[in-house]
Amino acid sequence: MIGGLFIYNHKGEVLISRVYRDDIGRNAVDAFRVNVIHARQQVRSPVTNIARTSFFHVKRSNIWLAAVTKQNVNAAMVFEFLYKMCDVMTAYFGKISEENIKNNFVLIYELLDEILDFGYPQNSETGALKTFITQQGIKGQCQTKEEQSQITSQVTGQIGWRREGIKYRRNELFLDVLESVNLLMSPQGQVLSAHVSGRVVMKSYLSGMPECKFGMNDKIVIDKQGKGGASDDAGKSGKQSIAIDDCTFHQCVRLSKFDSERSISFIPPDGEYELMRYRTTKDIILPFRVIPLVREVGRTKLEVKVVIKSNFKPSLLAQKIEVRIPTPLNTSGVQVICMKGKAKYKASENAIVWKIKRMAGMKESQISAEIELLPTNDKKKWARPPISMNFEVPFAPSGLKVRYLKVFESKLNYSDHDVIKWVRYIGRSGIYETRC
Amino acid sequence: MTDSKYFTTTKKGEIFELKAELNSDKKEKKKEAVKKVIASMTVGKDVSALFPDVVNCMQTDNLELKKLVYLYLMNYAKSQPDMAIMAVNTFVKDCEDPNPLIRALAVRTMGCIRVDKITEYLCEPLRKCLKDEDPYVRKTAAVCVAKLHDINAQLVEDQGFLDTLKDLISDSNPMVVANAVAALSEIAESHPNSNLLDLNPQTINKLLTALNECTEWGQIFILDCLANYTPRDDRESQSICERVTPRLSHANSAVVLSAVKVLMKFMEMLPKDLDYYGTLLKKLAPPLVTLLSAEPELQYVALRNINLIVQRRPEILKHEMKVFFVKYNDPIYVKLEKLDIMIRLASQANIAQVLAELKEYATEVDVDFVRKAVRAIGRCAIKVEQSAERCVSTLLDLIQTKVNYVVQEAIVVIKDIFRKYPNKYESVIATLCENLDSLDEPEARAAMIWIVGEYAERIDNADELLESFLEGFHDESTQVQLQLLTAIVKLFLKKPTETQELVQQVLSLATQDSDNPDLRDRGYIYWRLLSTDPVAAKEVVLAEKPLISEETDLIEPTLLEELICHIGTLASVYHKPPSAFVEGSRGVQHKRLPGSAGSGESVESPDTGSAAGVPDAPPAVIPSQGDLLGDLLNLDLTPPATSGPPPPATSGLQLGAMDLLGGGLDSLLGGDLGGGSAMGAGFGAPPAATAAPFSAPVSGGLDDLFDLGGGVGMPMGAYSPPKTVWLPAMKGKGLEISGTFARRGGVIQMEMTLTNKAMSVMTDFAIQFNRNSFGLAPAGPLQVLTPLSPNQSIEVSLPLSTVGPVMKMDPLNNLQVAVKNNIDVFYFSCQYPISMLFVEDGKMERQVFLATWKDIPNDNEAQFQIKDCHLSSDAASSKLQGSNIFTIAKRTVDGQDMLYQSVKLSNGIWVLAELRVQTGNPIFTVCLKCRAPEVSQCVFQSYEAVLKN
Repeated sequence: MIGGLFIYNHKGEVLISRVYRDDIGRNAVDAFRVNVIHARQQVRSPVTNIARTSFFHVKRSNIWLAAVTKQNVNAAMVFEFLYKMCDVMTAYFGKISEENIKNNFVLIYELLDEILDFGYPQNSETGALKTFITQQGIKGQCQTKEEQSQITSQVTGQIGWRREGIKYRRNELFLDVLESVNLLMSPQGQVLSAHVSGRVVMKSYLSGMPECKFGMNDKIVIDKQGKGGASDDAGKSGKQSIAIDDCTFHQCVRLSKFDSERSISFIPPDGEYELMRYRTTKDIILPFRVIPLVREVGRTKLEVKVVIKSNFKPSLLAQKIEVRIPTPLNTSGVQVICMKGKAKYKASENAIVWKIKRMAGMKESQISAEIELLPTNDKKKWARPPISMNFEVPFAPSGLKVRYLKVFESKLNYSDHDVIKWVRYIGRSGIYETRC
Repeated sequence: MTDSKYFTTTKKGEIFELKAELNSDKKEKKKEAVKKVIASMTVGKDVSALFPDVVNCMQTDNLELKKLVYLYLMNYAKSQPDMAIMAVNTFVKDCEDPNPLIRALAVRTMGCIRVDKITEYLCEPLRKCLKDEDPYVRKTAAVCVAKLHDINAQLVEDQGFLDTLKDLISDSNPMVVANAVAALSEIAESHPNSNLLDLNPQTINKLLTALNECTEWGQIFILDCLANYTPRDDRESQSICERVTPRLSHANSAVVLSAVKVLMKFMEMLPKDLDYYGTLLKKLAPPLVTLLSAEPELQYVALRNINLIVQRRPEILKHEMKVFFVKYNDPIYVKLEKLDIMIRLASQANIAQVLAELKEYATEVDVDFVRKAVRAIGRCAIKVEQSAERCVSTLLDLIQTKVNYVVQEAIVVIKDIFRKYPNKYESVIATLCENLDSLDEPEARAAMIWIVGEYAERIDNADELLESFLEGFHDESTQVQLQLLTAIVKLFLKKPTETQELVQQVLSLATQDSDNPDLRDRGYIYWRLLSTDPVAAKEVVLAEKPLISEETDLIEPTLLEELICHIGTLASVYHKPPSAFVEGSRGVQHKRLPGSAGSGESVESPDTGSAAGVPDAPPAVIPSQGDLLGDLLNLDLTPPATSGPPPPATSGLQLGAMDLLGGGLDSLLGGDLGGGSAMGAGFGAPPAATAAPFSAPVSGGLDDLFDLGGGVGMPMGAYSPPKTVWLPAMKGKGLEISGTFARRGGVIQMEMTLTNKAMSVMTDFAIQFNRNSFGLAPAGPLQVLTPLSPNQSIEVSLPLSTVGPVMKMDPLNNLQVAVKNNIDVFYFSCQYPISMLFVEDGKMERQVFLATWKDIPNDNEAQFQIKDCHLSSDAASSKLQGSNIFTIAKRTVDGQDMLYQSVKLSNGIWVLAELRVQTGNPIFTVCLKCRAPEVSQCVFQSYEAVLKN
């Protein structure tokens, strides 16, 4: 199990050091600094073995978090824990920075004591932790006996992510379907790989211990219903359903129920959380197509022409469009002409950045540029990094639709109809690249 | 509230000031002071001097302050054990507190304080807390048992905590169950043979129930524990799999990977024709692909694991090639791993896509990545025959870029392509030769030389090309030297008339001017071959080479099986068994996959494989190369790191080679030492000057050869001391036992002479050992088959294992033995030379040695002197090697030889040594470094014994 946990600033000075196991000595703190943070070469693996001690590290801005062990631990668990640790810290004091860590070091030690015991991760849901570890010190003294046992039963209980007795005057639910669409396209316009990774993020403000049921146009579910019910609209619904390759759920979702019935039911945590993640690869709507044309004119000039085409309903608007056209390292000057938006050559980033605020569906736009190059002796050819693109569209590129989200709370007197529900779809570019 | 100010005070009188503040009457000031102390502790300042003052703050009802004081205690209690006792009362009191949070805090902290006296006081509170009404306290107490076990295992057993812990598996609270499972698993790991985690269908059922209810972390503990269970039959296996598969949709990647581990393992037991088997295979792919959208560090862990899974069950991901395409912004460690998997998944169906990708990657920036991509193109050619032509032309394009490392990498892989498809692509040789001058890496040079030698008859100026390499022969690396030697001999056999001078030159360079035994020996063998029977030489050197297999870097199957059992863990990231990186006894048990039950056929069996549409068994894997014998036999295969596996029919060749060695030796011994005239017979006379300097290297060379001929590469037997009397007849009621210890073929033997000096016949012998420092135990019963009649002696040899119970003895190498016969039970103790425990794989990597040497604190260093030892450093080194003390490096400074040596004990402890030998001075100095400094004295004794005998 985890033998120790260290947090360093960018200089390698240790900000937090907590040792859980006897086999980890103080020298481990220095070993990591010398061999990883101050290493001459960039470290090539997130797991490093130094003198039979293994170090796992992740970086958040310029803060290093390292977990240390001498045993054959579950490596995936250690990384998951480090991410969780970051989440917990962020939930408590915001951005993970040197200043915030120093300002909250007592709190961090307290958290580390609670969520990691002898190197074994314990309940690390912020909702539960915040009931008894606060920035103002522990509430310990002033609690009544009932409160105490409520805390402990929540921390250890089956529903560790929600406390009892939550009350809202207005029961409200916000549901965001956030998708990032990833694409790798060849210069000839052939899709090399494309997938959507999506998240369903919920904000729930519901009283009591509500039971929720979430439904979407999952192909498996629709087909099953189509078989059982009227067959006339089976073809139609089949078209509108999507094939989900795989999905994962927040720990509140009853996985065995999903496995057997493919229904998503859960008691939601209070506030914001990620209900599910999913991935699709079939029938993706690619919101933009990029058509590059690069011509080398002699050894000192490049001509670049890029056309982008939007491919969705004309009534919808894409926003925050940005096209990044890489330029060679020996670029000396660039002239750009674009029909729409603004384009600039950014020497520090070795790229022409073309920004368009808004663009409706089924339109196209074009940019052309002349790149002048300094002559070099470098034999190595320019690697031609891909043209990448960023955008945001108000629909789900995977085609996912929310069919229902039902809320049941038997003990309190509000029903599904009383809950105000908001649903929103946002499709963003993930890694959206076209080779040129 | 800003706490950062506590980090800033670095004044001189700090400790003094803090002391005053800690003793202040004001609560707030006290708390501030403790915070400052903790801040100093964090940055590594020694604040142990404040111990009494800080402990005084412990008696408080402010929980925040209390936690800070506890934190301090955990860090410094060990350095001030007597003072730490002061804290005990508070702990005991807190364990009775009405607030469950405080009870848990107390028991949690107490377990972290490793002071014997405190540990004694811990038992009672712990016993109560294990039965506490509050689940929060119980789950904390469960972990505390593991802590206590780490401090004092005996105490935990004596106090019966293990049984209480086992009871907690049936607890009503899922988190208590999970922590109990975690604690038990850890304790069981250090008792490999105990039946602690007594997994039976009932407990498994309880675990599976808790699995649905506990936290994500608890699910991981439970799944990891489940993976150790072996179901009784395929039905049980299937029912567990069914209950585990829902976990594949968990958001936590570690839960997913642990579930994959359980499924991969239990799947082995399912009959392949079962519908469920196919369903399960299909279910595994999506979650594995999803892992690739996690954060990069987790992606890395996932990819390392997928690499294993793909080797074991290629069918799972065979359609998912695209997801492993490299993204431009992937971190380099993710890119390299993806590339590896792409090659493994490459098949005729997707090869066009893969090649297009690889070509793209070969123009990227990162040198390592580009090299790997180029190499991958070569491997595709070897794996998918239809693509070979396109691969070769792609490689030629890449060579035209003239980027130095790309060219070198391409040449290395083209050599392999030649091996796989002889007489097909030789037309490209001309292009390769154009780049001869730009090659500066040994591997590329060796590959090029191999190509020139192999196709010498088609390259007009082969002799010139090889001659150009010969100029700087001594500056080349061994790999290149060996290859050059072989290539020139090939050239000579193909074009004998023009190259006689060249071959003589290289043979004399190899045999006379080189210190490298590999090179020298290979030189002698060629020389011998050429001089006795050039026809035979032609048959041996130009023999048809076996084809190389398509998969070259597969993990050896038994290791792969073990690693599959460790999916998700560090072992699966390193691709090494836990014993390779975990110290001590923890986790050294080797896990195996269960056998398939349903069909009764092994998974590898090609019959079942093809029936279920599974590809055939993976091709043979190359064993690690590099030992001299292997090298000699594979005359033409390039030495280490090439992809040529040894010929499958090695045995035949081996016999031939042995004969050849025998003959060679005879004649070498017989006449050649005189003047080398016989050598000249069939072959141009070697230079006259050979005679004089000959004798010196030959003796060395002969030793090498003798080793090979006699021991077939086995090290000489370890030193074994003469027998001494352990049990005099006086004490043994007429039974006298004298004995010694020896290590033979990796097995420790206890060799005894039993003498009956009594008047009656002795029968029914048996032997037992007391617990001892290194867990020595008889590996079998004492074999005394016939009754021992009066005045008769019998020699017995008892193999010993090192997996018995462990207890530290004084002296360390003391062994208490009980021998029983029909008369009585006799007890005696003897001391074994610790060199018996030096294991055969005790040679440390150079780099590891350096790092370890630096890492072990200087306090652990011990220096000894050995007097009256008249050996040269080389002789000492080889003598020590016989006892598994391996020399890793040698350095000579001012006439003093320093040998750096490593020793591994059977329990995994490494001892590093520096042996200093001054020529002409009979006093040797040994400097030992070890993490367990107690063994140094014993190890030194072994040094002395070995060197002096």
